Amino acid sequence: MTDERTVLLAVEGITKAYPGVVANSDVTFSIRRGEVHALLGENGAGKSTMVKMMYGLVKPDSGRMTWNGAAYTPGSPGEARSTGVAMVFQHFSLFEALNVAENVALGMENPPPMKELSARIRAVSEEYGLPLDPSRMVGDLSAGERQRVEIIRCLLQDPKLLIMDEPTSVLTPQEVEILFKTLRQLSSEGTAILYISHKLEEIRSLCDAATILRRGKVVGTADPRASTARELAEMMVGATLTPPARRPGEKGKVMLGVSDLSVASPIPFGTSLKNVAFTVAAGEVLGIAGVAGNGQDELLLALSGELKASPDRVRIDDAPVGDLGPIDRRRAGMVSAPEDRLGHAAAPDMSLIENAFLTAQVRKGLTNKGFIDWPATRAYAEAVIKDFDVRTPGAHVAARALSGGNLQKFVVGRELMQAPKVIVINQPTWGVDAAAAASIRQAILDRAAEGAAVVVISQDLDELLEIADRFAVLNEGRLTQPRPVEGLTIDEIGLMMGGAHGMEVAHHAEA
Amino acid sequence: MLRLEKRPNPSRFWLYATPVVAVVLTMVFGGLLFALMGTNPFAVIRTIFWDPLFGEFAFYLRGQLLVKAGPLILIAIGLSLGFRAGIWNIGAEGQYIMGAICGAAVGLAVYPTENRLIFPLMILAGAFGGWAWAMIPAILKTRFNTNEILVSLMLVYVAQTILAKASTGFLKNPEGMGFPGSRNFSGYPAAANPELIAGSGLHWGGVAALIVAVAAWVLLSRHIIGFQIRLSGQAPRAARFHGVNPSRLVVLCMGLSGALAGLAGLFEVTGPAGQISIDFNVGYGFTAIIVAFLGRLNPIGIVLAGVLMALTYVGGEMASTNLRLPAAAIQVFQGMLLFFLLGVDVLTNYRIRMAKGG
Repeated sequence: MTDERTVLLAVEGITKAYPGVVANSDVTFSIRRGEVHALLGENGAGKSTMVKMMYGLVKPDSGRMTWNGAAYTPGSPGEARSTGVAMVFQHFSLFEALNVAENVALGMENPPPMKELSARIRAVSEEYGLPLDPSRMVGDLSAGERQRVEIIRCLLQDPKLLIMDEPTSVLTPQEVEILFKTLRQLSSEGTAILYISHKLEEIRSLCDAATILRRGKVVGTADPRASTARELAEMMVGATLTPPARRPGEKGKVMLGVSDLSVASPIPFGTSLKNVAFTVAAGEVLGIAGVAGNGQDELLLALSGELKASPDRVRIDDAPVGDLGPIDRRRAGMVSAPEDRLGHAAAPDMSLIENAFLTAQVRKGLTNKGFIDWPATRAYAEAVIKDFDVRTPGAHVAARALSGGNLQKFVVGRELMQAPKVIVINQPTWGVDAAAAASIRQAILDRAAEGAAVVVISQDLDELLEIADRFAVLNEGRLTQPRPVEGLTIDEIGLMMGGAHGMEVAHHAEA
Repeated sequence: MLRLEKRPNPSRFWLYATPVVAVVLTMVFGGLLFALMGTNPFAVIRTIFWDPLFGEFAFYLRGQLLVKAGPLILIAIGLSLGFRAGIWNIGAEGQYIMGAICGAAVGLAVYPTENRLIFPLMILAGAFGGWAWAMIPAILKTRFNTNEILVSLMLVYVAQTILAKASTGFLKNPEGMGFPGSRNFSGYPAAANPELIAGSGLHWGGVAALIVAVAAWVLLSRHIIGFQIRLSGQAPRAARFHGVNPSRLVVLCMGLSGALAGLAGLFEVTGPAGQISIDFNVGYGFTAIIVAFLGRLNPIGIVLAGVLMALTYVGGEMASTNLRLPAAAIQVFQGMLLFFLLGVDVLTNYRIRMAKGG
């Protein structure tokens, strides 16, 4: 069916197993020259393992790959790069204390002199509408600009196949549009692009073909332009999806009030909060969007009590708590869940029982004169495991033995089951499969309906629009005025997010 | 080729097996060392591990075991609390010396008054001396973010200088005919720490060590402070999220370990050592670090490890006098124990896999 001559990379019967899990099983598909090919699947479907094999980071157990018809067995990323495969990772590998050109040079086998390299970076960035100053420090760049560094680093190698792993999770809608223009330009010049994502609308607007993975197997191919998002989603999940139901709750009194909150970031190259102010009423969900690294982590720390301020800056149910630590804020009625599950929200080497104690100690009354009531703690951990469908052999298991999605369910469940007055969650469904994400969102909405005030910080706009009553954006540590979600358009949200960080200029000049 | 693979859960079997394997490996390689030095390795191992318990002089040496194990256990348990929290007090030797000086000074100040409150007061002063000496690195760390490893270690040498000054100056025995050293506490009943059961080697220090071991076990497994200590060591960010105040924990752990080291010093100087002298300290504060790790930073394990380490001390002394082995060889032998323990320890969290090819 496919014209043999135009196939660039063919994958035939690839299988890769890790202890306890088959990441890829008999995967077969091919990418043609100049094609934008989507690899679609939920978290844990085996997308990342597949591309790691293409990029020489992992060796398949069986099966073969061909490049232009010849056998292709990259032993290392260097080999893959010299063949013509380049990859932009989801998590950037950049040194913040070095400038753009130095970072690019570090990724090259034989970097040219700095002056020449800077000139080439400028040339490529102008050609593809990705403005970038080679002499700027990476630590000062926005996430979108950092991604440009990674893309330009790849383009300098003149790749035949560009692999992009979840590239839009850190971009504003405008930045996404501009990235897509660049990718379409590359594709028209003959570069094939393998685009990994679970965002269906993006794939429908960008890709020519799609291969859908579920639990490591190819479950279908589709023409994304001719399919609806719902069809694609159901192929990806293998079930019909029900969006969470909203029960419009009664808006009560203000439960969480933040006024003029400014705190310095404790994180190197972090973003300090500047005059953040908002209120959340009982029964209300406030969604806070923003590109990663604009103060989300700091806002969570300032609300959870890990960062302190003067008493009046943060009020729970009218009581000033700004100078109190996490334990006292829990006592006042607030629970919180940080983004980083392993190491921050949970201690990796401790059991789920001990991790249940970690935050439930106060509100669940798990101590008596400082002594821990372990039977009650175990019972609470088991209740969380049961109610939030955490897949684990038992409560005694170490947190690090759980998959990311299961641990996330445990962490969210542990907080939501404490009968909180105020809930603050950063990235509630990050890395969780669609079915579990839906049940987490439902649980959050249920708590709001019961009268809790909820703050959800997320980079997933669709999620926020689905569950939030009001919407605000964190941009460089400043919070926009919250606005009702009803009637907001994606364009308006994009502008609230600070536009495209100077990128629109390039493409406008071109047009 | 061998490859290490992280276990999903720490192995309970290896948690308990590693100390045993480490002791066996130490015997094998220590034996090799002794053989290379021209001594019969079996005789040495027998002298170190068997004779103190069941040999000809066991009636005396068994008592020596408790005399040496007591301070080791007392100090090691204090250290283990800090080590669990990721707070590295390496200067227990200094805190031990300062505890001994403070406690002894209180007793000597009221000499020759006889009162039942004198010894308890000296115990408090001993704990205070160690605590205060440990507060120096603790406060420097919390205020100026200095490294507690370096500061506590360097303070050992300051303490030794003060000890020299004490035994030749302000605590010197006025009736000592010019010899350095304080009055001997064995001649001052109100301030002495005698053997409680004749021949057992048990004095108040040993009793304190056992009480502290049980208390530490309860603290770590049942009390919220123990939970916070373990949490801070394993996942510092999760500890802050839970609500641990890192500075307060540093002060608490350094203070506890310092106070316990000070207590050990006081019991030693009023009991087995008998007096403040320039070199009454024999390195218990350093050896206790080995004991803490050998005992898996677990109070019960530390009690066993303390006895085992005391055995190598007593047996080692026997070996060096009877078999004319240099003291350094015995120290290498003790060092091997820590080396193998830490090496084999990898197996608790990793398993070894044979990998095909490269």
